[in-house]
Amino acid sequence: MINFEQVTKRYEDGYEALNELTFRVAQGEMAFLTGHSGAGKSTLLKLIMLMERSTRGKVIVSGRDLGDIKRRKVPFYRRNIGLVFQDHQLLFDRSVFDNVALPLIISGAQPREIGRRVRAALDKVGLLSKEKLLPLALSGGEQQRVGIARAVVNKPALLLADEPTGNLDPELSTEIMRLFEQFNQVGVTVMIATHDLSLIARLRHRILTLQQGRLISDATS
Amino acid sequence: MWLTKERRGQREPRPNRQPERRKVEKGASHGAVGRNYRVKNYLTHHRQVAKESLLRLLATPLSSLMTWLVIAIALTLPVGLFVFLQNAQQLSQEWDDAAQISVYLEQQLNEKQGRKMALHVESWEAVQQVRYISPGEALEDFKRSSGFGDALQYLNENPLPAVLVVSPRTDSADLQTTQKLLEQIQSLPDVEQAQLDLQWVDRLFRIMALGQRLALTLGLLLGVAVLLVIGNTVRLAIESRRAEIVVVKLVGATDAFVRRPFLYMGIWYGLGGGLLAWLMVNLVIFWLSGSVAELVAAYDGEFGLSGLGFLATLLLWLSSALLGLLGAWLAVGRHLSKIEPK
Repeated sequence: MINFEQVTKRYEDGYEALNELTFRVAQGEMAFLTGHSGAGKSTLLKLIMLMERSTRGKVIVSGRDLGDIKRRKVPFYRRNIGLVFQDHQLLFDRSVFDNVALPLIISGAQPREIGRRVRAALDKVGLLSKEKLLPLALSGGEQQRVGIARAVVNKPALLLADEPTGNLDPELSTEIMRLFEQFNQVGVTVMIATHDLSLIARLRHRILTLQQGRLISDATS
Repeated sequence: MWLTKERRGQREPRPNRQPERRKVEKGASHGAVGRNYRVKNYLTHHRQVAKESLLRLLATPLSSLMTWLVIAIALTLPVGLFVFLQNAQQLSQEWDDAAQISVYLEQQLNEKQGRKMALHVESWEAVQQVRYISPGEALEDFKRSSGFGDALQYLNENPLPAVLVVSPRTDSADLQTTQKLLEQIQSLPDVEQAQLDLQWVDRLFRIMALGQRLALTLGLLLGVAVLLVIGNTVRLAIESRRAEIVVVKLVGATDAFVRRPFLYMGIWYGLGGGLLAWLMVNLVIFWLSGSVAELVAAYDGEFGLSGLGFLATLLLWLSSALLGLLGAWLAVGRHLSKIEPK
């Protein structure tokens, strides 16, 4: 699903975020990406989202070499990936329903299709009863679940998350991780960047550890 | 900004929708139905974005009104001048006598010859109309208007010559053609004298041309001003929604999708300004029409101010909406591409 081949990313100021990084995540796998801040986790996710492009090496996602995707085609590529942010990035002047519907509206889905799929996504994260509320009326954990519903409403084959539990207490964090596991069980490839080692140690999944832009460990806990 | 509340009402499945049924009945036309659907969705989306953008402007009525007023004032000046010129042109058409050429014929010419000559001149391309005034008519006219009626009875014979009143074609009535026409008439046999009050016509034409140029210059300058006002307003709107734009781009929005609400915003600003400008121009006309009527009455004239015609109004609205779109496009082109997810 995700295939990095000797990928180096050097920023314009000379800072080298990733250094000859090579790894593979198979389809249907669930993997954690960890390391200290500055180890290259965010850069790695940015390369997959095509927010940045690699300086050297190949990034291949779902069999597509990202180097071949032209700028104009990037939006269409992104629609195949669900992205969950640390600060969930909801639109606060919109209801929960409208926030989750956003990716469907962008891809031009039919109105009734939108209603059906938004409800299904909200049902999965347990927030069906709160669709009419504004995000500010929800707790932090609920807001993050809305963010997850938005990421999966398009039924992407790949789900990425950048520190999805960064602002949550341990109990809520576990709940969120269970949610990701549920999506993984129905075949979605999941990759989660986090530095919450105690949390992921309890979950039995593959852990990729980065340090100064290199992969220093690849193991299943 | 990319969503609307209206969507909520459409959530429930509607089993009786036409396209769905067609799909079942005619398997061969799947592709066409799909495309129709996509076009329909696209149009629906456009309509909703347009509505949403307008609602957004109306949500902050005071600041939107300010922008609309600025645009309206900028548009009112050239449009007002245009209306003024239009009226002046209409007025000057009623004074077209001024551009007439009076041709005094030789005394010995009889009426039949005079009328024949009138027909001849009338057949020229530069001539609109020729009126023959016989010496008798001329005398009657003179008696009536001069007040010398009694004195004239002592004359043995009519001292007045026959006159041809030649009206040049008004659509091509620039000074040179009229001058040429005058020379042509003068060179005819049996013409004693031909007269044209050139200076008066000349000045009028020059003033009108100046006015037209002024309206055009003013229109161009203030058009640019409107463009800048709308561009700047849209730029501020883009800045205030920076975070939103980043999110939307990350979930797969194309540039066109991100651009759309801002372009509609520009159109609404422009169109609103155009409507207000139309209102202002009409108010000014209404305000002035009383004084104009009094003035015209004092000169025994018949003239009423005319406002913007249907076509001119349509053109005003269309061009103001276009200006808005263009202004927004400039702002969007410059600022939207700088907002990328980082």
